[in-house]
Amino acid sequence: MAGQVAIGSRSGLRSALPLLLPAYLWLTVAIFLPLSAMVFFSFMTELPLSGKAWSFTLDNYTAFLSQGLYPTLLLASLRLGLEVTLWCVVVGYPAAYVLAKVLKGRSREAIFLLVILPFWSNGLVRIFSWAMVLREGGILDTALNAVLPIKINIDLMYSYPAVIIGLVHSYVPYMVLTCYLTLQAIDGSLIEAGRSLGASRLQVLKRIVIPLSMPGLVAGAALIFVPVVGSFMEPRILGGRTGTFYGTVIEDQFVAVFNWPLGAALSFILLAVVLVILAVASPILRRAA
Amino acid sequence: MRTTRILEWLGRLYIWLLLAFLYLPIIIMALMSFNVSPFYQLPFEWTTEWYASLWQNDQLISATWNSVEIAVITTIICVLLGSAASLALYRYEFRGRKFLQALLFPPIAIPWLITGTAMLIFFFGVGIGRGLFAILLGHVALALPYVIVVVSARLQTFAPELEEAARSLGANQWQVTDRVTLPWIMPGVIAGGLFAFAVSFDQFVVSYFLSTPGQTTLPVEIYAAIRKGFTPEINAVSTIIIVVSMALMLLTARFFKFGGAK
Repeated sequence: MAGQVAIGSRSGLRSALPLLLPAYLWLTVAIFLPLSAMVFFSFMTELPLSGKAWSFTLDNYTAFLSQGLYPTLLLASLRLGLEVTLWCVVVGYPAAYVLAKVLKGRSREAIFLLVILPFWSNGLVRIFSWAMVLREGGILDTALNAVLPIKINIDLMYSYPAVIIGLVHSYVPYMVLTCYLTLQAIDGSLIEAGRSLGASRLQVLKRIVIPLSMPGLVAGAALIFVPVVGSFMEPRILGGRTGTFYGTVIEDQFVAVFNWPLGAALSFILLAVVLVILAVASPILRRAA
Repeated sequence: MRTTRILEWLGRLYIWLLLAFLYLPIIIMALMSFNVSPFYQLPFEWTTEWYASLWQNDQLISATWNSVEIAVITTIICVLLGSAASLALYRYEFRGRKFLQALLFPPIAIPWLITGTAMLIFFFGVGIGRGLFAILLGHVALALPYVIVVVSARLQTFAPELEEAARSLGANQWQVTDRVTLPWIMPGVIAGGLFAFAVSFDQFVVSYFLSTPGQTTLPVEIYAAIRKGFTPEINAVSTIIIVVSMALMLLTARFFKFGGAK
């Protein structure tokens, strides 16, 4: 920080501008202008490009409200986001705890990397790999029938649980990462002090560990919830006919039905919901920083 | 403390279960890409037939080249623009610096479905349309914030006195940057570049909305194939992708410790 003060006296913005301009110009053209354009389009009757007459309208938003389908699907997507987030907490938090407080040295580093690694590999391909495991006559089916004496049919493919499994698999590394970072920062002597003062393991967990790692939990939850609510590829591949969610309806408007203004309105409503959620989470996140 | 030891043992067991959950589907997919039966029937019989038939699939091969080209160009652009912006944000104090830093988060936090459809609308509206150029525009915008964040994290470990020392020894601004600052941030730049490559190479959602039948990338092609029905060829190409992207990330981790360097 000292460097900034020392150099700061020299004409700050004028020297910084040539270095900043290319990057921020690019972001403006490819992110910020498109997002504004989407808002603009969502109030139109037609695409101005197609040569047809267009005018401003609120129809796309009233369509959302008057057709019960869209709010229902938005709720279904929010519920999906909530369920996946909860499963990620249940599956990921204990793993983060073990990584931060039980494992040490090189084995911790190696296992941490192993947990994070799949997250940075292709999400589409990982979802596809579950299709092979879950379908009837797939690996899970074959393996269970080889072990169990009775014949059972496991066909989870194209079901709600399949979508949940696929999404939890995709996003749980996020939760492990954020919780690990906050859990690791907890001073071990706090836990020891609690224990030596007579608190049980459960009490230490409830009164010390979980409250102190709350920022990590919230950060992980926000990072998982937001993309899951907007997911469409995972429900399509693993959910089949049961996989109709808010995201898949938006996808349809752009690639199948070609009602772009309605798609823009639906996208913008999703964006608003997402921003509200991030705004609610941000005070807790800021306290962590 | 016997209970402690049992609990720790259970904890280790749990981690291995989680790793099994994370890796089993991927491993199974990789195995099935070497299985003779196109319907994934067991018993397992070894073959490399599906990899061989990949070479006959012109559509997949051209999509793969598109993916590689776009990822390489994205990486180069992001490294140049991202490093410059990081340096400016680090070096200079000016009004609105905090705001510019905050602007990096919407592209990361907003779901790709929203960003992708917004780009489709806008690019169409201004006449860029869809296709490889539009995909490139989008990929750079998605990867750029990651590069700036990674390079800035590396810059945080830089000692500004080094620049001062070089300057007082008579080096001009360019020499200071070239001889002192750049060598120090190089690990961050390389990591940021690998990050950008991974973001672009694995990107599906945004490419999906911006592609046209002839101008498409590998993940989009795979998605179309999955929706038509499973074939072992998709397994083969998916296995190759996953190996490439994991290797990339391992390489990145070598250059850059997550959460800042020592």
